Amino acid sequence: MIYCKNVQKSFSGKKVLSGIDFEIGDGEIFGLLGPSGAGKTTLIKILTGQLEFDAGTINVMNKSVDSLTGLDKKNIGIMMDQFGVYERLSCYDNLMIFADIYGVSHSKIKEVLTRVGLESDAKTPASKLSKGMRARLSLARVFMHSPKLIFLDEPTSGLDPQTMNQIHKLILEKKKDGCTIFLTTHNMEEAYKLCDNVALLNEGVIVEKGNPEEVCRKYNHQKKIKIHLTSGEDMELDHNREAASKIECLLSDGILETIHSSEPTLETVFLELTGRKLEEEY
Amino acid sequence: MNNSKINNILIIIKKQLIDTFKNKTVLIQFIMFPMLTVIFEHAIKINDMPEHFFTNLFSVMYIGMAPLTSVASIIAEEKEHNTLRVLIMANVKPVQYLLGVCIYVWTICMMGAGVIATGLDSSDIPFYMLVMAIGFAISALTGACIGLYAKNQMAATSAVMPVMVVFAFLPMLSMFNDNIKKIAKFFYTEQLKRLLDEMTFDGMKTSTGVILAVNAVLMVLLFLGLFKKKGLE
Repeated sequence: MIYCKNVQKSFSGKKVLSGIDFEIGDGEIFGLLGPSGAGKTTLIKILTGQLEFDAGTINVMNKSVDSLTGLDKKNIGIMMDQFGVYERLSCYDNLMIFADIYGVSHSKIKEVLTRVGLESDAKTPASKLSKGMRARLSLARVFMHSPKLIFLDEPTSGLDPQTMNQIHKLILEKKKDGCTIFLTTHNMEEAYKLCDNVALLNEGVIVEKGNPEEVCRKYNHQKKIKIHLTSGEDMELDHNREAASKIECLLSDGILETIHSSEPTLETVFLELTGRKLEEEY
Repeated sequence: MNNSKINNILIIIKKQLIDTFKNKTVLIQFIMFPMLTVIFEHAIKINDMPEHFFTNLFSVMYIGMAPLTSVASIIAEEKEHNTLRVLIMANVKPVQYLLGVCIYVWTICMMGAGVIATGLDSSDIPFYMLVMAIGFAISALTGACIGLYAKNQMAATSAVMPVMVVFAFLPMLSMFNDNIKKIAKFFYTEQLKRLLDEMTFDGMKTSTGVILAVNAVLMVLLFLGLFKKKGLE
């Protein structure tokens, strides 16, 4: 669905993207992870034809991104970091504008509002919606014309966990419908939960990419087991025979309360590769 | 222009129509001067006052304020709230958007002018509407230039104020001061006021036509330059 090879972009001589390579298959959720200022939004703008790039190759839906026609763009849905809703217009009217632009029947508006859980707010002006509801309205607009490819730029940034879960559910539903989803986030849990593949972006360079579990396993150098005993004591054991017999003893003594392996997370992988945290800002 | 392009322009006009009734700042621009004109023409009668004094005065202020502030504010607000980018991403072309906004504002202003024209002799109405149509078109284009230039509503308001003072108030002030008149004559609003005072093209000076044409051409060039340089970003 998307093919990027050696994409470069500079602003006033400063490189913001360098040697960007990745491929996204049909029906895949691809997560681009990186801290604020890493170049995520710039890459989305380039992939959606909003911004020109300096060098490299980008194919979207088997076409060079420069040659996407209006018809091709109708198969793309975009939710930017700012939700871009008409404040004074109701949820229904907000969606009606885009239903008309995309040539979608007005009956679809109610269907989409129901899908994002805003059916009872159809007549509510967007200015009266909470941030989470605006995010869902923005998603409803993206879903309106059933695009094949969806770009979501930090869709859950600053939202409460409940709304975040609702949005995750909606994203997974779209994946089930066969949509390809390109997602940017600095929330590694979100990426781990939703994405088939991720790329870690730091200062305009992809430092690692692949399936989230495989990426985490690749950097599992420490291989520690964390144990919590009924006495309240915590222990950390290495992966070896000694640890196995120790655990066996603790189990037979009945004093072992919890046991966890401690694989690295995407956050710790990013920290190891870049020395920076994903939530860090420039 | 194919159906899709016309459809997008009509959608923008429809959106503006829904939005205007909920946007008091823009709505007041459209109805204030027609209302003031009707009230003043009926309420104030002074001996030796020129015929249709308030109609002409407020009409020129209407030309210099309403389309200019409305178009600039609509574009700047859409930029600020990111809705413009969403429209462009939905494959509405910048030209279609700008045409939609300008046509909408021009049409609403013409309706306002129609209300003002109810106080005129029926034989004067076509001339009056033609003069207003020219004025609204140049002002809407000026508003579009400010909208293209401004990054947000605050910047648009700051840019609109001095331009509006020049176009809307100089023709009024020129009635009281000859020096101001010498400057004001170079602006289209002053020339349109002179046409409205005469209410006929008969005896129209060549300079009036030239100044109107130069104002319009300059505005078109400024618009094209800004559009080429900044687009709708």
